[in-house]
Amino acid sequence: MISELWVWLILLLPLGSFALIGLIIRPFLARHSKLAGQVTVGAIGASFLLSLWALGSTIADGARAETWSSYKWLSVGNLEIDVGILLDPLTALMLVVVTGVSLLVQIYSTGYMKGDPGYARYFAFMSLFTGSMAGLVIASNIVQLYIFWELVGLCSFLLIGFWYERPAAAAAAKKAFIITRLGDFGFLLAILYLFLNADSIPGNPLDISNLTNQLPLAIGAGTVAASVATWAGLGIFAGAVGKSGQFPLHTWLPDAMEGPTPVSALIHAATMVAAGVFLVARFFDLFASSEVVMSTVAAVGGFTALFAATMGLVNNDIKRVLAYSTVSQLGYMMFALGIGAYGPAVFHLFTHAFFKALLFLGAGSVSHASGTFDMRYMGGLRKVMPWTYHTFLLGALSLCGIFPLAGFWSKDEILAHGLSSASIGQVVVWLPIVAAALTILYTVRAISMTFEGEFRGGADAAEDAQPHGGGVHLAESPPVMVAPLVILAAATILGGWLINPTTGLGVIEKHWLAHFLNTKGADVNLPLAVISTVLSAALFLAAHHLFTKRAATARRLSERLSPAHMLLSRKYYLDHLYEDVVTVRGFYGGAARLLDWADKAVVDGVVRMIDRFGRNIGRAIALLQTGQLQGYGVAISVGVLAMVGIYLFF
Amino acid sequence: MNLESFLIVGAAIFAIGLYGVLSKRNAVTVLMGLELMFNAVNISAVAMSRYIVPARIGSAGEMLPQLLTGQVFAIFIITVAAAEVALGVAIVIAIYRNRETVFVTDVNEMRR
Repeated sequence: MISELWVWLILLLPLGSFALIGLIIRPFLARHSKLAGQVTVGAIGASFLLSLWALGSTIADGARAETWSSYKWLSVGNLEIDVGILLDPLTALMLVVVTGVSLLVQIYSTGYMKGDPGYARYFAFMSLFTGSMAGLVIASNIVQLYIFWELVGLCSFLLIGFWYERPAAAAAAKKAFIITRLGDFGFLLAILYLFLNADSIPGNPLDISNLTNQLPLAIGAGTVAASVATWAGLGIFAGAVGKSGQFPLHTWLPDAMEGPTPVSALIHAATMVAAGVFLVARFFDLFASSEVVMSTVAAVGGFTALFAATMGLVNNDIKRVLAYSTVSQLGYMMFALGIGAYGPAVFHLFTHAFFKALLFLGAGSVSHASGTFDMRYMGGLRKVMPWTYHTFLLGALSLCGIFPLAGFWSKDEILAHGLSSASIGQVVVWLPIVAAALTILYTVRAISMTFEGEFRGGADAAEDAQPHGGGVHLAESPPVMVAPLVILAAATILGGWLINPTTGLGVIEKHWLAHFLNTKGADVNLPLAVISTVLSAALFLAAHHLFTKRAATARRLSERLSPAHMLLSRKYYLDHLYEDVVTVRGFYGGAARLLDWADKAVVDGVVRMIDRFGRNIGRAIALLQTGQLQGYGVAISVGVLAMVGIYLFF
Repeated sequence: MNLESFLIVGAAIFAIGLYGVLSKRNAVTVLMGLELMFNAVNISAVAMSRYIVPARIGSAGEMLPQLLTGQVFAIFIITVAAAEVALGVAIVIAIYRNRETVFVTDVNEMRR
């Protein structure tokens, strides 16, 4: 059995590494900045081993939830806020995903970030992020969770704006911070709502295991109004929408690609953006007790899955295509949660973390060689970077849901659940299915543009070369970058089948993950699986043929659809709506001008009135000041006489 | 002679002096009025000291010398008044040298 201290160490080791790099290595050992990378890899490696132990211990314990209240933090009235650990199957699984992907990304980063002037700063932030993410996952209290939730948001901001001297990066960092904050505000309101309704909620209203056990039971029994679950659920979901880039708060995630590529792989693909899905999964039982919340989650998720996929079709930046793909896949997970498919959603979160991190790291490796992220200037990289190509292809096939890769198992399970679910309108069910077809199209397009055909110049041809690029040098990336790709590719091939097999595999029982998460495992729907695989494979090959061999046809096609192309490449004008209409015209032009007027007219007016009052009185009194000494004397004498008179006669 | 007579004389001289201070334009005349007011106060102080302060009787029943508070005050006032007149006249002379006038109405630089 793992004990409390060791679980705390999973979070404290990376935080310690952050402190060590920030306080000692960066200021005093600047010449040995390599040390920063080594400390980070060491700390996160240790965390990963501890996470594996935690997972093993949870498995050995029969998937039972373990809680420790380590420290009594606050006591308000009857309400007590404990800082503690909630170690249940979901936590254990997330810990392994977070520290595992983070470890691989850190190893990759030691190669990718080599020679960057901010090397030590980079690893300090990465350590802080990993620690905060682990803290978010193990939190036993919703307030504690919220603190780490904001901390990962801060790390995201710091790392998107890592190359802060570039205006685009600084703007993207700000955008990410502000837009996710809109969602976080909803989350905060949900916490305050629970806090204010403490009297009507049985047990501690801020304790997560209480919220997901007693509260749904009480609602089911009718002792607590169902509206509690609705309002709290909607608020928590708002936070998840912001963090996971769901419509309508998705606009920050593609822009977040301004950060270094390993950051995109870790934070904006595998872990932090999945925190929104984790949050919904964490409060799943609470969500499930409100029909309204579940339908909202399903509708938002399903719509986002399709909506983001369409925008991925026209983008020329390989990382942005992957970013839209991430938004779309997160939409799948939300959709799955919304239709009650808890197991498949967490399963997809797990597999997606690996293959999407693989794709991002592959994109980073590609840009390492070509010096750009613009796919229009890539091409032909298949021959020079065989390792990157093959691992990237595996990731892409997994993303498309091709048998037998990880993505196939999890995605098919979601779609099968969607089709068999009767609780939701039919339109919503079809959205992710159409999105699956679009996923194949944009993935194949990205592969064709990047790896096939002739090389089109890279950074030398692109007008906005990336700062990290360092020009074109067509060669495979160093082993320290290729090794994580290979490991992630292995996880992509085996991960899906191994942890949730449809038949028993010796040690691993059938539907292991589903049982581990205390859900019912779904048997594979054979006809559906065959149909989807055949269709996917056919579409994949057809698209590959179109984009590689018939590039001219593809171009003509997109020209014929130019209004649609325009709409998509302008991101449905949503950025325009948010920035120009809402912010510039609505906020600066409307609200800010109104407030400016109120400030000038009302606030300044009152101040000026007081000022004028004093000045006028002063001016009146100043008339008495004649400079005639004898006049003053008369006044004094008369005054004294008057006082004496009053004293004598009254 | 009783106390009232002294006080009436003192008050009359004080009023005359005050009138002089407040009404005369010539600074030297103003100073003279001021001098009258000082001396009116002196008369009142000495008179009150003489008539009002009670006789003092010791613990053994013997008479003690009378307290001379008012008289001492008067001497101080005479001294201070002498110094004040010296200063005042010096200022008047300085003003006269600067602007060839001794009229207090012309000296109004303290106005805003």
